Amino acid sequence: MSLSESLSDDVTSPSQTLGPLYGFALMFEGSEKMLERDDPAAIELVGRVTDAGGPVAWPEAMVEVWNGELWARGRTDEAGEFHFVIRKPGPEHTTDAEPLAPYLNVMVFARGLLKHAYTRLYFPDESAANAGDPVLALVDDDLRHSLIAQADGERLRFDVCLQGPEETVFFEY
Amino acid sequence: MATAEIEDFNPPYLFPDYKITVQRAPSKRLVPLPKGWFHTAKGPVFGRVPVGPTDNDLTIQHAGRPIGQRIVVEGRVLDSDGRAVPNTLLEIWQTNACGAYVDPADPGFFPLDPNFTGAGRTITDIEGRFSFRTIKPAPYPGVIGGTFRPAHIHVSLFGPGMAGRLVTQCYFEGDHLIKHDAIAQSIPDRRGLDRLIARFNYDTIEPGGPDCAVHYDWDIVLRGPEATPMEH
Repeated sequence: MSLSESLSDDVTSPSQTLGPLYGFALMFEGSEKMLERDDPAAIELVGRVTDAGGPVAWPEAMVEVWNGELWARGRTDEAGEFHFVIRKPGPEHTTDAEPLAPYLNVMVFARGLLKHAYTRLYFPDESAANAGDPVLALVDDDLRHSLIAQADGERLRFDVCLQGPEETVFFEY
Repeated sequence: MATAEIEDFNPPYLFPDYKITVQRAPSKRLVPLPKGWFHTAKGPVFGRVPVGPTDNDLTIQHAGRPIGQRIVVEGRVLDSDGRAVPNTLLEIWQTNACGAYVDPADPGFFPLDPNFTGAGRTITDIEGRFSFRTIKPAPYPGVIGGTFRPAHIHVSLFGPGMAGRLVTQCYFEGDHLIKHDAIAQSIPDRRGLDRLIARFNYDTIEPGGPDCAVHYDWDIVLRGPEATPMEH
């Protein structure tokens, strides 16, 4: 097998799966917390990653949630659940000065995902902002709910279904 | 902002030769974000990931010498316009010289090396350069009855923005297992796979000695900030 003599600059590096054996390298103490749990702005976020076969359980899935300065990385447990401590990001605008509803980028990496799945988490207490958000407006009415976290007592819940009837809306990147 | 369309070299989500994708691949149409402004979305900040000055040398993390062939994997992180991507975090993980990961989820077919963990981190310099000194990883079958995967180093990097987030694998020139590997072969364009294969470089091989290394060149190319994927 011979390699191409030279590759032009526009041949970008393709994605490959995370695999299941990343934990010892990518997880570290506190990686799942954007801020301390006792911070007044702290929100507990839980969710479950599933595919057509059920929960994507430990060790197979890693989830990152972030927006600029805010970033956290977690891993699903035996039930396919992830746990984060997050905060709601501040207001943002598009380059056309259109207001955006507060959101977090959510990326799911897993064994069997040859490239990560990218979705966005919106906040349930931002109905007015969500209703005017230009990204949510791109999503079919009957699917938009999959991008809005649900209040679950004091916590927020955001389940991610990779494939199946309840499949989450994912974005191209 | 001007945008340029570039080819997408990523594999598809669904690639049945890699069986688990059949139940895991998102199946609905992906929603495209508006061109022109989504790339300006702020990328993740990784200041909380601890990076020490010697974290890019995986051969000196323990008291003794690890077993195996020392290698240096070095290159640059560039964007598709040929510009350097400086100050970006790379995290790597790999097997030891026997094909075992330290991870508790490893099936444990092969022995661990008390002098090798197989995890490293570095930040690219102003020219986008990085260098890892490590041990050549080994092929391994992931499960009982599984096929051998080619030797590889897993690599995660953040890049300058949302479009730069990449998790991939570095393969090695001359590894015959690459052409039989479903994960590597999921890349539809041969040039894309070639991009992931590190090239042996005899010019930079180190003179003989107990810790001498052979060198591989491996560049990483991220989508440029003004580039958007072509519509398919």
